[in-house]
Amino acid sequence: MSDWLTKLRTGLSRSSEKLGAGLGFVAATRLDDARLDQIEEALIGADLGVAVAGRVTTRLREERFGRDIDDAGVRAAVATEIAATLAPVAKPLAVTVFPRPQVILVVGVNGSGKTTTIAKLAHRFVEQDYTVMLAAGDTFRAAATAQLKIWGERAGVEVIAGPEGGDAAGLAFNAFEAARAKGTDVLIIDTAGRLQNKAGLMDELAKVRRVLKKLSITAPHDTVLVLDATTGQNALNQVEVFRDIAGVTGLVMTKLDGTARGGVLVAAAERFGLPIHAIGVGEGMGDLRSFDAAEFASALAGVPAKMNN
Amino acid sequence: MRSPALYYLERPRLFDSLSDRLSGVFDKLRGRGALTELDVRAAMREVRIALLEADVALPVVKTFIDDVTTRAIGHEVIRSVTPGQQVVKIVSDALVEMLGSEAVELNLGVTPPAVIMLVGLQGSGKTTTCAKIAKRLAEKQGKKVLMASLDVARPAAQEQLRILGEQTKVATLPIVPGQQPVEIAIRARQAAKLQGFDVLMLDTAGRLHVDDALMGEMQAVAREGAPNEILLVVDALTGQDAVNVATAFGSQVALTGVVLTRLDGDARGGAALSMRSVTGKPIKFAGTGEKLDALEAFDPQRVAGRILGMGDVVGLVERAAEVFEQEAAEKMAAKMAKGQFDMEDLRTQLGQMKKMGGLGAIANMIPGVAQAKKAMANGQVDDRILGRMEAVICSMTPKERGKPEIITAKRRIRIAKGAGTTVQEVNKVLKMHQEMAGAMKKLRKMGGMKGMAAMLGKMGGGPGMGGGGGMPDIQKMLGSGGMPPGFDKFKR
Repeated sequence: MSDWLTKLRTGLSRSSEKLGAGLGFVAATRLDDARLDQIEEALIGADLGVAVAGRVTTRLREERFGRDIDDAGVRAAVATEIAATLAPVAKPLAVTVFPRPQVILVVGVNGSGKTTTIAKLAHRFVEQDYTVMLAAGDTFRAAATAQLKIWGERAGVEVIAGPEGGDAAGLAFNAFEAARAKGTDVLIIDTAGRLQNKAGLMDELAKVRRVLKKLSITAPHDTVLVLDATTGQNALNQVEVFRDIAGVTGLVMTKLDGTARGGVLVAAAERFGLPIHAIGVGEGMGDLRSFDAAEFASALAGVPAKMNN
Repeated sequence: MRSPALYYLERPRLFDSLSDRLSGVFDKLRGRGALTELDVRAAMREVRIALLEADVALPVVKTFIDDVTTRAIGHEVIRSVTPGQQVVKIVSDALVEMLGSEAVELNLGVTPPAVIMLVGLQGSGKTTTCAKIAKRLAEKQGKKVLMASLDVARPAAQEQLRILGEQTKVATLPIVPGQQPVEIAIRARQAAKLQGFDVLMLDTAGRLHVDDALMGEMQAVAREGAPNEILLVVDALTGQDAVNVATAFGSQVALTGVVLTRLDGDARGGAALSMRSVTGKPIKFAGTGEKLDALEAFDPQRVAGRILGMGDVVGLVERAAEVFEQEAAEKMAAKMAKGQFDMEDLRTQLGQMKKMGGLGAIANMIPGVAQAKKAMANGQVDDRILGRMEAVICSMTPKERGKPEIITAKRRIRIAKGAGTTVQEVNKVLKMHQEMAGAMKKLRKMGGMKGMAAMLGKMGGGPGMGGGGGMPDIQKMLGSGGMPPGFDKFKR
């Protein structure tokens, strides 16, 4: 098993341990109200939210109420329900745009892990033999540019940076021109973290988009919202507002190597249907995985990992 | 795509939706003459859902609901004359208990240097919080503070703290490349002692609570750094994982308190409600913005008041006091004492309102202005109005601003052109000024600023948790639409 896979497994299994503990029926017993309540609570504890947890449990009730089912069976059933919701939105981030570069704008609230995710994406594209350029568009936070530059060095890609406190939109424009002139395949633009209820800061993102469109009406080709797995139901507000104002086209969830289960992704998939591109499972450059609905659902429900994967 | 400014007003703020949900349940309870046990249980189910949707940790919710239900179905309650009111009071009291009843300050009363260590997950906001606390201690308490970053994991993290040190004019420990966290902690302690610093702030790397190696390192730092305060920094947007995080950190080091960050977001604030129960430690500070002075002492009573729909009047007044430039405030007070209020004053006020976070933020803190909030949410009033009104005033001559009554129809046309707007808009501003001037006169009759303070005192001191906010006077002043005087003119 490769290194990142082990990491994901340990990360996700830790995530699901709690869910397992919440259920914990060894022998096959009747699926009754008490058990369904326990399942619902376990799902709420995994951040699926009250409504989605309720719906999953209701479907379980409709299909299997009164039947004998053991722990593994319950988990598998829960996983199947969740995977059905997630499967349509699992879409990896692919480099397809012509003429190049494909411009990827990365947005999110403060501390969600944008800069690290950009480094990971850059690393992955480099491994796929694409040429990559990064734009240090977080001109607000102290040393954010320095942070991206260090990642750029590690990933072996060029970083376009401006002065701290400078204009993020202008920098994005310059980076786009530079990437185009050089024939770079992928340009990834970092942005400063911002809470979605700050009008002024959200306006700024809209401006970055407008400025990019001056060079190509189709840019940015992807606008990726980075969500922190530890975030609760507020992630839904984030998706909604960033989608409406910054035109988010896809999601990445970070920090799934802890005990946070990121169940809010299920709710997000139900409500918004935005593609989920990848998940972050560690601090290293290789710790980014394409989003796999069945795997994520199994981990969420605590189904033991298949070794042949 | 929609106007971002509208979003700003439409989005609920922290605690808003929890507050709305609870008041819905409370209204139902209050409206009933008699209550059965079933009624109470049904209400509690709704409270449970409200809390869970607000991301309050499941174990905390369960204990809370069990406790409250037991108390609420007690015989005295159900048989009392006002059972609904009683149940509401029980829930309210329990919420206040959940948050902790008193504000707790940092313990700095030790032989200097007092050491404050910050711990938490990646991205929870430790470094920014470190600088904010340092700035606060330096500026408000006159402490000599040294900050040291022990974050050797995240690229440029030490550099970030150094820059923040420059911005806040707080000393930072010189960076020695390659040095490990424990060594840095020891060096920082020595430096703080030798150079006579009062407080040493240790900013540590973000770490996952399941990372044994890093948790071990944190313990070693805690041993060597011998902190008086170990503060867990938690993002207010955190979901159910908050319990795991708090428990894990609490079991590894002796936490003394919690700092909640991003309280300026629109999360429903469950983490704020869970933290006290889970860690058993008080929330000491709340981060409320990206600026380095956006840090507030956490007052559980006030937060409880906001959740329970009583508004945060104290917060509003404090905020106003911070934002108002002393001089401008004094000038205005002097004028108001005479019952004068000209266009310049209106402009100053608009500026202050903007600084305080706009209409939304203000409305949020005033009790019982649900109407105003709804009007804004419907897009009838938005923050851009403030800008437009300023433009109108700026297009007046100083003479016109001092004596608005000289503004004739011809002048109105000129002003409208100057501000890039219509005469109607100019008229609205003039009308608003008139009404505000009127309100000022009323205020003066009520005893001026002192009268206002007295009213606020009444409000804060009252026990009426179930009362749903008092201050009828202010509401009257706000005018029929429940909006600040004159703002109803701007409905679209």
